[in-house]
Amino acid sequence: MRQLIFALCIGALPFAANAVEPDEMLTDPLLEQRAREISKDLRCVVCQNQDIDSSNAGVARDLRLLVRERLVAGDTDTQVVEYIRARYGDYVLLKPPLEPATYALWFAPIAFVLIGVFVGGGVLMSRRKQEAFEDLGAEDENTVSEILRQNEAGDAS
Amino acid sequence: MKRLIAGLPFIAAVIFGGFFLWGLNPDRDPNEIPSVLISQPAPAFDLDPVPGLETPGLARSDLVGNERPVVVNVFASWCVPCRAEHAVLTRFVERDGMRLFGINYKDKPEDAVKWLNDLGNPYERIGSDLSGRTGIEWGLSGVPETFIVDGDGTVLFRYVGPVVGPDAVERFTTALTQAGALPNGAGS
Repeated sequence: MRQLIFALCIGALPFAANAVEPDEMLTDPLLEQRAREISKDLRCVVCQNQDIDSSNAGVARDLRLLVRERLVAGDTDTQVVEYIRARYGDYVLLKPPLEPATYALWFAPIAFVLIGVFVGGGVLMSRRKQEAFEDLGAEDENTVSEILRQNEAGDAS
Repeated sequence: MKRLIAGLPFIAAVIFGGFFLWGLNPDRDPNEIPSVLISQPAPAFDLDPVPGLETPGLARSDLVGNERPVVVNVFASWCVPCRAEHAVLTRFVERDGMRLFGINYKDKPEDAVKWLNDLGNPYERIGSDLSGRTGIEWGLSGVPETFIVDGDGTVLFRYVGPVVGPDAVERFTTALTQAGALPNGAGS
């Protein structure tokens, strides 16, 4: 049993392994934690769509080291991200910033949901209106019974 | 209102079709990263020369105050496309009078010296960027990359990847000519 658990742990090792190498890590666990969080939001410019925290590319390693260097120098998280953004542009941010150029990106989904609710609601409401009918008025009743009587008379002859 | 609703699928199809048409364009490179450096001042850097090479080092001040715009090429001996690009850049320097500066990116000095001795050295100055930090300042995503820098230190043009092949050479020549980086408007 113990061997099985051991084997499972060994098997899980590759999934736990990360691109961050021991020599990159900071001795201060708090700073290191912040560095990891920042790295997860920064895109690797070589292997795109991967964050620099999990990328093995050389540039990603350089950027990780730079993030840690800025943190040690006393930068806030925002300052570190801005430092890298100034050099690589919005593209390095895995989460696009909220600014006039990205309004369409951020608000389009909400707009589409609202349009959907509006159109869908409109269709359903108009359907319901068609199904509901009111009682015939006295005048209409008279007309109908008149027609029916005429029909009956016609059938009898 | 009914007509509007009936038209919605059509409108949706047109919008999606438009996106697909845009995506099918073979000239569109989805991996292209827009550079923030264009029309911005070149980053500050000061690099030592490559040890064992007589070519002096490179700093930002070397790019400023030149008569014509100059070209900065980031290269490395371990970079295979750089080898192909080297011949193209050499031709631009020798035939067209382009001024070329180099940043030797994360390269062992002895390898760089051997590489330049084998292929020739078209660079006026070469800075050795061992740590890759200057590369980050330039927003580098890989080697080779080539920049055209104006006399006042503004980055005019960036080419990612090797300037090799008719299309790339044509694009680069156009950029050089537009920047006025070639004397007498030479270039073909």
